[in-house]
Amino acid sequence: MGSPFRSEEMCLAQLFLQSGSAYDCISELGELALVEFRDLNPTVSSFQRKFVGEIKRCEEMERILGYLLREIRKANIPVPEAEVRPLAPQPRHVLEIREQLQRLEVELREVATNKEKLQKNLLELTEYTHMLKVTHTFVKRNAEREPLGPQYEEFPSLEKDSVTGYTSMQRLGAKLGFISGLIPRVKVEAFERLLWRVCKGYMILSCSEMEDSLKDPVTGESTETVVFLISFWGDQIGQKVQKICQSYHCHLYPHPESDEERCDVMESLATRIQDLHTVLSRTEEYLRQVLNKASESVYTWAIQVQKMKAIYHTLNMCSFDVTNKCLIAEVWCPVSALTTLRGALEEGSRKSGAVVPSFVNRIPCSETPPTLLHTNKFTSGFQNIVDAYGVGSYREVNPAPYTVITFPFLFAVMFGDMGHGAVMTVFALWMLVQEKSPTVKCHRNEIWRILFEGRYIILMMGFFSMYTGLIYNDCFSKSLNIFGSSWSVRAMFTQGPWMNKTLHTNSLLTLDPNITGVFGGPYPVGIDPIWNLASNRLTFLNSYKMKMSIILGVCHMTFGVILGVFNHIYFRRKFALFLLFLPELLFLLCLFGYLVFMVVYKWLAFSARDSWLAPSILVHFISMFLMQGQALEPLYPGQTGLQVFLLLVAFLSIPVLLLGKPLYLYWLHQGGRSLGVYRGYERVRRGSEDDMSVMRDHDAEEGGVHSDPASRETQPEFDLGEVVLHQSIHTMEYCLGCISNSASYLRLWALSLAHAQLSEVLWSMVMRPALRLDSGTATFLLVPVLGVFATLTVTILLLMEGLSAFLHALRLHWVEFQNKFYSGAGIKFVPFSFSLLPSVLEQDSFLSD
Amino acid sequence: MPSLLFCGPKLAACGIVLSIWGVIMLVMLGIFFSAHSAVLIEDVPFTEDDMLNDKNPPQAIYALYNQVGYNCFIAAAIYLVVGGISLCQVRLNKRNEYMVH
Repeated sequence: MGSPFRSEEMCLAQLFLQSGSAYDCISELGELALVEFRDLNPTVSSFQRKFVGEIKRCEEMERILGYLLREIRKANIPVPEAEVRPLAPQPRHVLEIREQLQRLEVELREVATNKEKLQKNLLELTEYTHMLKVTHTFVKRNAEREPLGPQYEEFPSLEKDSVTGYTSMQRLGAKLGFISGLIPRVKVEAFERLLWRVCKGYMILSCSEMEDSLKDPVTGESTETVVFLISFWGDQIGQKVQKICQSYHCHLYPHPESDEERCDVMESLATRIQDLHTVLSRTEEYLRQVLNKASESVYTWAIQVQKMKAIYHTLNMCSFDVTNKCLIAEVWCPVSALTTLRGALEEGSRKSGAVVPSFVNRIPCSETPPTLLHTNKFTSGFQNIVDAYGVGSYREVNPAPYTVITFPFLFAVMFGDMGHGAVMTVFALWMLVQEKSPTVKCHRNEIWRILFEGRYIILMMGFFSMYTGLIYNDCFSKSLNIFGSSWSVRAMFTQGPWMNKTLHTNSLLTLDPNITGVFGGPYPVGIDPIWNLASNRLTFLNSYKMKMSIILGVCHMTFGVILGVFNHIYFRRKFALFLLFLPELLFLLCLFGYLVFMVVYKWLAFSARDSWLAPSILVHFISMFLMQGQALEPLYPGQTGLQVFLLLVAFLSIPVLLLGKPLYLYWLHQGGRSLGVYRGYERVRRGSEDDMSVMRDHDAEEGGVHSDPASRETQPEFDLGEVVLHQSIHTMEYCLGCISNSASYLRLWALSLAHAQLSEVLWSMVMRPALRLDSGTATFLLVPVLGVFATLTVTILLLMEGLSAFLHALRLHWVEFQNKFYSGAGIKFVPFSFSLLPSVLEQDSFLSD
Repeated sequence: MPSLLFCGPKLAACGIVLSIWGVIMLVMLGIFFSAHSAVLIEDVPFTEDDMLNDKNPPQAIYALYNQVGYNCFIAAAIYLVVGGISLCQVRLNKRNEYMVH
């Protein structure tokens, strides 16, 4: 496997695939995830490509599979996922799968239509039953009391004593008709009004609402319906009423003439409904059986179809050679994987039984290859956060292995709390233990997935936070007294001026370290726990953390500049070592390295005894720039001279940085001899933005050695103006960046201060009142208070502060660290791999219509 | 026997996590209070009276320390009980999950 420090060497290769074995070879390559295919037919539309017919067939099968999956999901049947993913099917197996799928589809659709029809029938019968029951009450009601309908002058009111109140009508010689049915409630008023207007009062409409609303089988929604009974007399009125009813889409049912008829009809309806229920339940059982059987193999089929489609897409990217018997594919392949590639092609040829084997041919390329970096599950998280800023240029130094340590460390400097670090570590460990569990791995929630992907990052951050928590001596805002505090209050009484009276009269007391016995030397590991009780705690910690931030920042940036050396050496830019790296390093170290030196010197040279003499470093630093060192007490002898020297070196390195490289390249261009011994020609892959200078460099070297006037004409364009512009931008960026980036590292102090203060506030406002309560119920109050404390710790301190510290540490890496050496202008290598295809059961194309 | 299940799987899991945190943190707090740790002085309910008019210094303060320590231990015990209940709920939830399908 390749080294994580630099991306893999890639080559462009041509695969010559026999038509018969092309499918199998590509299937093998998909399983191995070795190579990235280049599209050789970019101008051809997808409908004109060679294998468009096969892809259409695949899509047809996908459609059927989607329908199957939807039906299976609707019936709440779980789809078992196989442990081993099946291979892409041979073309002869594909026919079988297609047949099965088509058969299943036809069957399912048939059963579904039947079920719908039966349900519709059931609905009608149920409605009829209801209607009969309700109209029965109408008629009874009409017979029992005053008629509901409007009184008409022409016709006397209906007699009360007869059960069927229309006998009096019949005496008049008119034939009374009835129409009964159901209508949705929303249409009732309009219906009634229309009937009234059209029939001019020759009809009576009685309606009553149905209590239970019926479900419409097709749409599945339930509407409130009203049962109505229209009594009219006259044939013409009857026809008009019929037409109106039809236009309102009412469900009309024949009204029985007499009671016996009504009872008969109701009985027959009841039996028919029961029969229908039985048939429906049998149909549903059968449907479930079919779906159950299908669900066993639907997963396998879906994956096979997906793989097949991917293979055909890839085949579409290949071109045919002149004899039309052989497919040519161009792939990007890591050089170290060429043998595996050959093996895969042999395997594919063997599987398809081809006589002529397929083979690989490496070809030279002029484009920049994509960047490939091998990662395992531990480093992949860190590589992802580096790639999020920019994928490394081809064969450039990879900052990810260093990020594994520096990123969690800088996070921890901002987060430093042992308790919070412990909770974070436990959380990360739990995720690691659950790594293999599928519910945790393939959770639907997006945010959870992101947290899970970064479990190793969180683990490292937790470990380092526990370490920095130990150094800051901070655990849920309380300090741990592990080694015994080095400060002794008793010595202030025995050796010093304190007495009992001092304690009573003063609210603030100062422990004087100059008195013997008060300060017993520095605490072994971390900050002394007595500082937790001190009121000048922040003054001390601020000074400490600010200086620490600057030191860490300068070290981080110097490391970044030094990493650039590896790039210069690899890309054979010897001149860059002297003209770029050296001035950059000198500028950084002479100014900010000196600041770090002053900080450390002050820490070491001044003790408690002469602390009142210690000068302010900031004042000295500023006066160094203003060259007014004479007015101040020197930190050490010879300070002014050294400072002037350092300032001179730093300021001289600026013009070297600005003009060195352009002048050197110009001189080479004019035929001068290059630096360093010329070692031998080797074609160098283009990589960073300095690739143009590399090409020129090499051609210039060639021209220099041969000193052939003819070769001078073959040199590429050298634009002095462009190089000068580029270099001046780089110089300005670097020099101003040094200053601003150093100050930027002060965020390490700012965030750790914020975290410590938030933690303290949380304790004093939540836990302290509960602990200080001096009553009997205090114990039981402590239980919910701790719950609130835990919840607030997790949400505010772990999630919010954690996210904030994560982002700031990330920014420090991306901007302050990486812009010293990283160009990040590459393309990521995406191999043709079946495992990179989206998960079948969640794919949109399967689940949508 | 009616179902003893009264909370869903997520609530039960939260309960377990909270109980473990509560037990560990309160036990440690109890130990530190019983050891009369100076860092925790602000959390002890002392008054001016205790400070100045103590017959046998610093026993009054120590007694207060011990009292708060006992409070913490009792709260830890309550959290143990809560943890036990949550564990039962988690087990019952798991069993239900297997039975439905």
